[in-house]
Amino acid sequence: MSTADSNVSAAVVAPGDGGGAASGTTRSPRPAPGGRAARTGSGFGVGFLVKLVLVAVVDALGLLGLFAAYTEESWGIFAATLALLVAANWVYFTRRALPLKYILPGLAFLLVYQVYVVGYTGYVAFTNYGDGHNSTKEQAIEALLVQNERRVEGSPASPLTVVESEGGELGFAVVDDAGGVRVGTAEEPLEAAPDASVTDGVVTAVPGWTVLDRAQVLERQQEVTTLRVPVSDDPEDGSVRTQDARTGYVFQSVLEHDAEADTMTDTSTGVVYTPNDDGEFEAPDGTTLPVGWRVTVGFENFATAFGDSRYSGPFASILVWTFAFALLSVVSTFLLGMFLAIAFNDPRLRGRKIYRTLMILPYAMPGFLAALLWAGMLNRGYGFVNQVLLGGASVPWLTDPWLAKVSVLLVNLWLGFPYMFLICTGALQSLPGDVYEAARIDGAGRWRTWRSITMPLLLVSTAPLLISSFAFNFNNFTLIKMLTDGGPRFADASVPLGHTDILISMVYNVSGLDGTAPRNYGLASALSIVIFLVVGTISAIAFRQTRKLEELSS
Amino acid sequence: MRRSILLAAALTSTLALAACGGGSEPAGDETTEPAEETSAPAAGGSLTVWVDETREPAVEAAAANFEAETGTTVELVQKNFEDIRTDFLAQVPTGEGPDITVGAHDWLGELTTNGVVAPIELGDKAGEFEEVAVQAFTQDGQVYGLPYAIENIALIRNTALAAEAPATFDDMIAAGEAAGTPYPFLVQTGTEGDPYTYYPFQTSFGAPVFAQNDDGSYRPELMLGGENGEAFAQWLADQGSAGVLSTDVTYDIAVEAFKNGESPFIIGGPWMLEQFADLELAIDPIPAPGDEPAQPFVGVQGFYVSAQSENALLANDFLVNYLSTQEAQEALFEAGGRPPALTAAADAVSSDPIVAGFREVGAEAVPMPSIPEMGSVWAFWGVTEANIISGQAEPAEAWQKMVSDIEGALG
Repeated sequence: MSTADSNVSAAVVAPGDGGGAASGTTRSPRPAPGGRAARTGSGFGVGFLVKLVLVAVVDALGLLGLFAAYTEESWGIFAATLALLVAANWVYFTRRALPLKYILPGLAFLLVYQVYVVGYTGYVAFTNYGDGHNSTKEQAIEALLVQNERRVEGSPASPLTVVESEGGELGFAVVDDAGGVRVGTAEEPLEAAPDASVTDGVVTAVPGWTVLDRAQVLERQQEVTTLRVPVSDDPEDGSVRTQDARTGYVFQSVLEHDAEADTMTDTSTGVVYTPNDDGEFEAPDGTTLPVGWRVTVGFENFATAFGDSRYSGPFASILVWTFAFALLSVVSTFLLGMFLAIAFNDPRLRGRKIYRTLMILPYAMPGFLAALLWAGMLNRGYGFVNQVLLGGASVPWLTDPWLAKVSVLLVNLWLGFPYMFLICTGALQSLPGDVYEAARIDGAGRWRTWRSITMPLLLVSTAPLLISSFAFNFNNFTLIKMLTDGGPRFADASVPLGHTDILISMVYNVSGLDGTAPRNYGLASALSIVIFLVVGTISAIAFRQTRKLEELSS
Repeated sequence: MRRSILLAAALTSTLALAACGGGSEPAGDETTEPAEETSAPAAGGSLTVWVDETREPAVEAAAANFEAETGTTVELVQKNFEDIRTDFLAQVPTGEGPDITVGAHDWLGELTTNGVVAPIELGDKAGEFEEVAVQAFTQDGQVYGLPYAIENIALIRNTALAAEAPATFDDMIAAGEAAGTPYPFLVQTGTEGDPYTYYPFQTSFGAPVFAQNDDGSYRPELMLGGENGEAFAQWLADQGSAGVLSTDVTYDIAVEAFKNGESPFIIGGPWMLEQFADLELAIDPIPAPGDEPAQPFVGVQGFYVSAQSENALLANDFLVNYLSTQEAQEALFEAGGRPPALTAAADAVSSDPIVAGFREVGAEAVPMPSIPEMGSVWAFWGVTEANIISGQAEPAEAWQKMVSDIEGALG
């Protein structure tokens, strides 16, 4: 259950888990490894050699990473790898950082897999990353220029050969309609080359020029694809370009970019587009060019999440349902799991092992598969539940707002109780028998024993797991997506959200990953940050409470 | 000791934060400088192609020809078709994307607004393809993909249960009832609706989703509202309460029922045929419930070239000169079962009456809009239809709300 099936939830669940692990390590005193440290300090023992080899392996891998980052020119990754590598070497060869020797590996993974992810999500939350703002300004300009370069209507497809002048400049040699050869470069428009030789309609040699073979062309393919050879001195005639180095076409640019003024000009209408604050080129009359780029927009995404009336209404009810869903899921699965655990912990019961194995079966099934199966079984007209169990009733299990919520909770109960059953069984078996004996001597009944002894002792060991289960269910995307997909829709909302949507599935819908809505990663990240804050705060408070519980029992 | 841990933690976390700040930047720089390592290997260069599972063997065959003739290495990366669009959008700007990807034509609007695809010049080859196929990949006069297959839905008829093609929707229901099967006809719906499969019914009421220009391209002007749209909504409600349409029927249920001979008719596409291998089938035009012809959507599949490809030359060469051959297109047909986009290849495989049937219906169909605005329509469209069919919503009112919600989402 605590294995997060989806990446979406993993990112947000994990801080809770991490916090739990950290508090565990600081609290449980370990036998001081002072003896071993003294031994390794006295000379180059076997332990030191092993350490040397291990650190050497880590360093080798790190250098490999550094080299890869260097060739890819990813300087951020390069710097982070270098810092981690230096830290690792320092920590394992100094005598002053004993605790770090234990913590560093975990810390490194925490940084890479969580702090980075959270940090990047935070960064995206303040940008307008999404449809139409997918990339950098350079790429947007490039895309606009490419999209607006049109083949001149009626221009012929001319067999083309890539040639190189003696000065090393690239040029094209094309065979025109009449069979004549014309050669030119980016600087010099096409000119007739009457003494060129043509074989099978393709230029094979031009005096004064070197014909490039295919390997040479491929080596310089970036230059070849960006080369534009003007047809004549008049720019209105367009220029020849090629996409496959075999055929050339005459193209004309509709848009032109002025790098100095940073403006786009439509050559057919003369309209000048200037960049605006939203990361788009905008004309004086407010029309924008289709391809934009990513810019920082400040708190705009947060303002949309809370301020835009289309989102704020559903957001409130989804927030309430998310809490209700997560809490009820934890409580219901825990109570059922514990009840069964206590029942099957009774030594008088025969065949306990078989029952226990059967109990764990739902846990052994992949969550998304189980949710899909349940969705089929709860179909109103054809589902197993209505057809067989209820004798042909047509209960709208997944299409009525309230029944859908009940169905989600019931399916999650079915999916989740084995986990609680497992941990309760484990915890029960480790409870001291003498306490029960004392309770029996004191004359406590079953109910009193359960309330005053079993329950508190059980909670000490299971409370952290309950909190992480809460965090997991808070982001239980798989179940919602597979079972109801958030449906039934809110009848009064103007955004595609429904009664069983929880925050994380709302984020998924808003981000448009499934293609039913325009992508908006900025807004989705802003919502993720809100979820992170909620789950983080609750987990922190809850863990503090657990600590009190532990102190009570010890 | 505690302080040194905190210090180290603080230090490393600032570094990591700096790293993520930096990690998002360099994407721009990479493009200004052509990376050396891609042009360095083997004289022929290399190409990365994203392809889905069904298409992989066919592309592999074409790639083998290309490799043999040009010395280029073609690396095929198998991906889930559903993941390709998102991954392509996310990875192309970072420079990590492929040179070529397989895709559907209705992604075009999204891919161009995000600047991740490059136009390709088919030249005179354009005339060798079915007109609708090239049209579907055209935006604003530019062609952005090499089409290879055309798919559309039609009425699939079990000839053992119904001997003749129905002329109208009412004829079909009558024939279905006469056949004595549990369902007069089957159409996948589901609680989220299926506007793609329902589209022919909608067009027969004269309510297309967007306005179409003379050249077949769409402009972002919503047309599904108004009187015609409401008439369609009313029809949905009527058929829903009559029990002809039901949101309980999902794709799986519909296909299973048709397979078991529980209905003479099902509305569906060539992807269903594998399941119906035991049945005698005929492919008919979809009978119209309204006054106008029922036109389904045509989807065209093809290959896109990445705007950030460092091997654009090879990519274009491979697509235009190797994947547009009759041999390659027929191989893709064998793999995917959709009629080829290349006319010669399509004619060659049309000896099969089933393929010919789908092709005939496709000839009357309209391309699925590929303008970016379409993305805002799907989310509202299906659910509204489903709610009207199930009787949860008043037809006219729900339809009007849907139109205004879509307008709101379009902004």
